[in-house]
Amino acid sequence: MPALIHAYDVRQEAEMNQALDFNRRLTLKPVAKVFKAEITNVIRLTNMEKLFHLRIVDDADRQRFTFLPGQFVMVEVPGYGEIPISISSSPSNKGYIELCIRKAGTVTGALHRARRGAKVGIRGPFGTHFPLEQMTGKSIMLIAGGLGLAPLRAPIYYVTENRTEFQDVHILYGTKSPDQLLFDYQYESWRRIGDVNIQIIVEQPNDSWDGPVGLITELLDDIEVDPDETFAIVCGPPVMFKFVCQRLSEMGIPMDRMFVSLERRMHCGMGKCCRCNVGSTYTCTDGPVFDYWTVINLKEAI
Amino acid sequence: MLFKILGKREFRSFVDLVMSSNEIIAPKRVGTKASGEPIHQFLPVSSFEEMDLDYKTTEYSAKTYFLPYRENLCTFDFGDGDWQQDISYRIQPRAIIGLHAHDINALVKLDKVFIRGRFPSPYYLSRRRNTFVVGIDHFPLEDEFSRSMGTHIVTHGFDLFLTDLGDRYFVAIASDRGFNLLMRVDAREVTDDDTHDYLEVRRRIRDGFKTHISVHSLPNLLDLEFTSEVWKKWGEKCLSCGSCAMVCPTCYCYGVSEEVSMDFKHATKTRQLYSCNLLDFARVAGGHNFRPDRETRLKYRYYHQHRGFMEAYDEPKCVGCNRCGRVCLAGINPAAVINDLYEEYRECPLSFTPTT
Repeated sequence: MPALIHAYDVRQEAEMNQALDFNRRLTLKPVAKVFKAEITNVIRLTNMEKLFHLRIVDDADRQRFTFLPGQFVMVEVPGYGEIPISISSSPSNKGYIELCIRKAGTVTGALHRARRGAKVGIRGPFGTHFPLEQMTGKSIMLIAGGLGLAPLRAPIYYVTENRTEFQDVHILYGTKSPDQLLFDYQYESWRRIGDVNIQIIVEQPNDSWDGPVGLITELLDDIEVDPDETFAIVCGPPVMFKFVCQRLSEMGIPMDRMFVSLERRMHCGMGKCCRCNVGSTYTCTDGPVFDYWTVINLKEAI
Repeated sequence: MLFKILGKREFRSFVDLVMSSNEIIAPKRVGTKASGEPIHQFLPVSSFEEMDLDYKTTEYSAKTYFLPYRENLCTFDFGDGDWQQDISYRIQPRAIIGLHAHDINALVKLDKVFIRGRFPSPYYLSRRRNTFVVGIDHFPLEDEFSRSMGTHIVTHGFDLFLTDLGDRYFVAIASDRGFNLLMRVDAREVTDDDTHDYLEVRRRIRDGFKTHISVHSLPNLLDLEFTSEVWKKWGEKCLSCGSCAMVCPTCYCYGVSEEVSMDFKHATKTRQLYSCNLLDFARVAGGHNFRPDRETRLKYRYYHQHRGFMEAYDEPKCVGCNRCGRVCLAGINPAAVINDLYEEYRECPLSFTPTT
């Protein structure tokens, strides 16, 4: 019988695996300083979303820049403003990131007008990550709704690049209509990795759609999991992850093994400006990745 | 802590000495209310006479000298299809004389947010370390409840702290720079009589509080009362003007915005203090507002004061100065709102009874 109270192994914390340096006690930094980054590619995904490839200009900064899947950066467009964006690329890329950005406001509007070669600033990475290091040896369900595929793409890269570390891998993705599907050119490559179950569902099909139709929770009906050996990462709007996580709960997966990513307004990224507070929690430093148990205990989270 | 006694005349020499080389911010009388009461603000003073250390309160807190309402975070200079970022910090030293205990405790709370933790703010740190803080004891106004918040006593966060003993000041010294400056005027050792008089003043201050709220069970109560009608009642009064946060000595939330110069050669990134009661505080791109209702925003402010800050730092954010209560155009004050929450449970045998 598996243990009812799970062991917490402190050695799994990311900091425990960094080089030991007792001298490193100074945390004061010029916190407003941005890394200058060049837009090296702009890829149109849908009418609303573009994928930006960014490369940090300074060699030393680029060498040092690393991130964990689920973390975000503050993107600075000088003169326009600064916005939080989840990193959408593989964490194994050093100093080079991809950001999937929907045109929604002033700064994203300016970014959508920017061309290859333009320079923007980035600060970060900030926030918590999907604890994939805890999921080693387990099955993993990666579930996204709508724009939620943007933050989910980083853990998808991590899992597919380290496929042997996991048991069953399911990627489930749903949108309202087929023309809203992000990264549609990549599904085939993820599928061909082999032994990755990828399923796409839409609510409102068009004439060319021949895949499943319905809500994303319906994809879970055909999936068998061992609840004690399965983790889930769920990204999407609150109404979506609420229903998905409820369904996963019914399947027996404990709430502290489901992870979601929250979105809020942010003006600093460092637990100061309070704009991202959910109840009393800072989405920027305590999140954006939370386990579902924490989320349902946050007042006004869903 | 070291203590000294400073005569009133020597105190004047001390102020003149500091003023000879540094800017001094102090409570200054700026007008009179309709009721005849004087209005004070913390402002730069250019002579000893301009200071009024017998002031009761100031309309605004002194936080603006540490967290300005508007502060430039950086500038961007454009040219040749590229830009350069320039960052500067305020490094000119100055002194603030006459902060009350709860206002110094407010700074200590801001220190926890802006100096401790993972991302200390060099902007705040630079202003804080460059400010010489001289505090002074005071007898509370009727509506102050800093004793309930435990902020009527201050043990650190200042350089010197004065208690008026009539003809002399009892001075607590909390920094070497405070000690060194004091040694340049004629401060003397403390006698038993001085200590006796000091403790007597402290006792009278403690017994002078007329307004009390019970804070110990507030974090749980706020969770229990999350959907209470109390929020609707007070939320309907709230005008969402944000005045409470502006005058609050600890409210620190802000917004960042950028402005391009008329010649398109520069852009300035500015931090501006904000208020969680303002309509767009939690509105995100695309138009969704996480707190669209006045009552939700009002509740959130109380939540942060007594629940969120408590969770993060084991103490409430509120210091009990009641500036927000006095400034509120709709007559909302924290003691009334919080005691209203307790009222809901008055009939309950295990009720949280406010201590009076």
